Amino acid sequence: MTAVSIKDLEIQFGSVKVLQNLNLDIASGEFIVLLGSSGCGKSTLLNSIAGLIDVHGGKILIGDKDMTHAEPKDRGIGMVFQSYALYPQTTVEGNLTFGLRMAKLPKDEIERRVARVSDMLQIKPYLKRRPAALSGGQRQRVAIGRALVRDADVYLFDEPLSNLDAKLRAELRVELKTLHEDIGKTMIYVTHDQVEAMTLATRIAVMQNGVIQQLASPEEIYNRPANLFVADFIGSPAMNFLSGTLGAVGERVEFRLKDGHVLDVSAYPFAKRPSAPMEAILGIRPEHLAISPREGLLPLDMAVNVIETMGADTVIWGTCGAEKISVRVNSELKLNPPRGSMLKLGFSLGSASLFSAADGLRL
Amino acid sequence: MAQRQEKNIARFGVYAFLVIMAAFFLMPLYVMVATSLKTMDEVRGSSIFAFPLRPTLEAWATAWNSACTGLTCAGVSVGFFNSLKIMIPSTFLSIMLGAVTGYALSFWRPKGAGVIFAVLVVAAFIPYQVFIYPLVRVLSQVGLYNSLGGIIMVHVIFGLPIMVLMFRNYYAGLPRDLFSAARVDGGGFWDIFFRLMLPLSPPIMIVAVILQSTHIWNDFLFGLVFAGSDNRPMTVLLNNIVNTTQGEKAYNVDMAATILTALVPLVIYLASGRWFVRGIAAGAVKG
Repeated sequence: MTAVSIKDLEIQFGSVKVLQNLNLDIASGEFIVLLGSSGCGKSTLLNSIAGLIDVHGGKILIGDKDMTHAEPKDRGIGMVFQSYALYPQTTVEGNLTFGLRMAKLPKDEIERRVARVSDMLQIKPYLKRRPAALSGGQRQRVAIGRALVRDADVYLFDEPLSNLDAKLRAELRVELKTLHEDIGKTMIYVTHDQVEAMTLATRIAVMQNGVIQQLASPEEIYNRPANLFVADFIGSPAMNFLSGTLGAVGERVEFRLKDGHVLDVSAYPFAKRPSAPMEAILGIRPEHLAISPREGLLPLDMAVNVIETMGADTVIWGTCGAEKISVRVNSELKLNPPRGSMLKLGFSLGSASLFSAADGLRL
Repeated sequence: MAQRQEKNIARFGVYAFLVIMAAFFLMPLYVMVATSLKTMDEVRGSSIFAFPLRPTLEAWATAWNSACTGLTCAGVSVGFFNSLKIMIPSTFLSIMLGAVTGYALSFWRPKGAGVIFAVLVVAAFIPYQVFIYPLVRVLSQVGLYNSLGGIIMVHVIFGLPIMVLMFRNYYAGLPRDLFSAARVDGGGFWDIFFRLMLPLSPPIMIVAVILQSTHIWNDFLFGLVFAGSDNRPMTVLLNNIVNTTQGEKAYNVDMAATILTALVPLVIYLASGRWFVRGIAAGAVKG
């Protein structure tokens, strides 16, 4: 069953089309993360699902009902905002019960729901306090609680952790994941933080310029990015890109690097085997470059430039031909190659990606 | 040492200037209070700056309940209650209407909100004398001319542009997410207004109350033109007392009546000055 279905959505601000022909189907119980940098239209999409902005074309179905122009309150949604948006004039309890009182729910039902949610989120001790007297993490918990008491079918999160410091963010991230597993409701979550996206999502929708670039599981997005944008956006340090020419030589497919190196990429799982020679880009994640090449790995040479120690990992920066690349290795190896020295690297085709240079799509 | 002395001299200069300015502005008040406490004999016999030798509240009593305003001789007390009858509903209505309109303009943004707002801003700066004659015609057409309802309506209409302006700017300074959250929580137009926006409005509310109540209390022209003889506000009666005395001018009574009339705004300012400044500042920073 689909919880939310978006068909040919079109939204414009003035004459600027922010979203165009956008389609997205979200199954019940999914945790969908809309990921993208600012201005990519992810918050616009979320707000249109919430009914907070006007839709100019297309349809939004929630629970199989057409909600394109319905009032936010009638959509069966709960929403958490980046700025918490707690009602400052009332207590935590007042915040939690605000919507329930407006809906004129019976008193004992309100009490039951507040008790359940405040237990779940451990905000019981603050019920009588005002939002101003709470820390950022507590406030966001209350904001999540306010969405949860609504007993909605779909919960919307608009960058809920962005205003918190790194440690709290990691804590609340885990809590959100547990919460999703506990209540099993559909969640749509907007963020620009790829760590949040990778850890929380059942599926990630990577967005750019109002277009969903790829909609897939975190593993798929990470290992098999659909295009150059997704490949570059996800992962830190970013994926290494080497440009070259792809061509068939008899039974074999060869990738000729700019510096003349030739790699045999016949084993690459091509969607369609290239026939004519074409410009292509080879993408390899820094951790997929092995520092001690074994049999069966494709070889690459790197001139060492800078070494960054990052605790568990060490990142070695350098160049391959004229192109900048990085290698992530385990710090336990205690590698410390001198600047300017050459390293022999190897990688397996199974973990590499090939993209067409012309349109950036995965081959 | 020399430096410190120089500093002291400079400081003395500043204080001297401030004291002189304060005295300058307080002088009329002193003259009024002093004169109102004198008998007419004393007023005639002494300088206007002289301190009253035998202070008496006689003039005040006369001003309050027996000074003549044209044909009737009932003092300014009638006007005091008339002014209250005009001020309270006018202030309340203009503020509530301004708050609702400002809230609608800044959060609901109906089509043409920008045009409406522009018209209101322009309207706030048109001298209202221009409207008097057309308004007299309109009000007499609908039977509200020379009535309490009529004068209240006039005050509400003319107070609206500035009230809408103030409330719109105040609400524009509140985070929009609050409004969005309340909408998701199920609030309609009035729910959000009464349960969320009004409870957040006291800072601007105080400014609005002070502005409107003093403005309406001090009004003379509208009261004279629209209120009708039964509802003449205190300012109009004060004018009549001062200008229609036969024979000797009772300066002491005039002064007392004037102070009585000015007392209400004075008390409002003194009691709420601190909030007033705070509210103006809040509005300014957030607007």
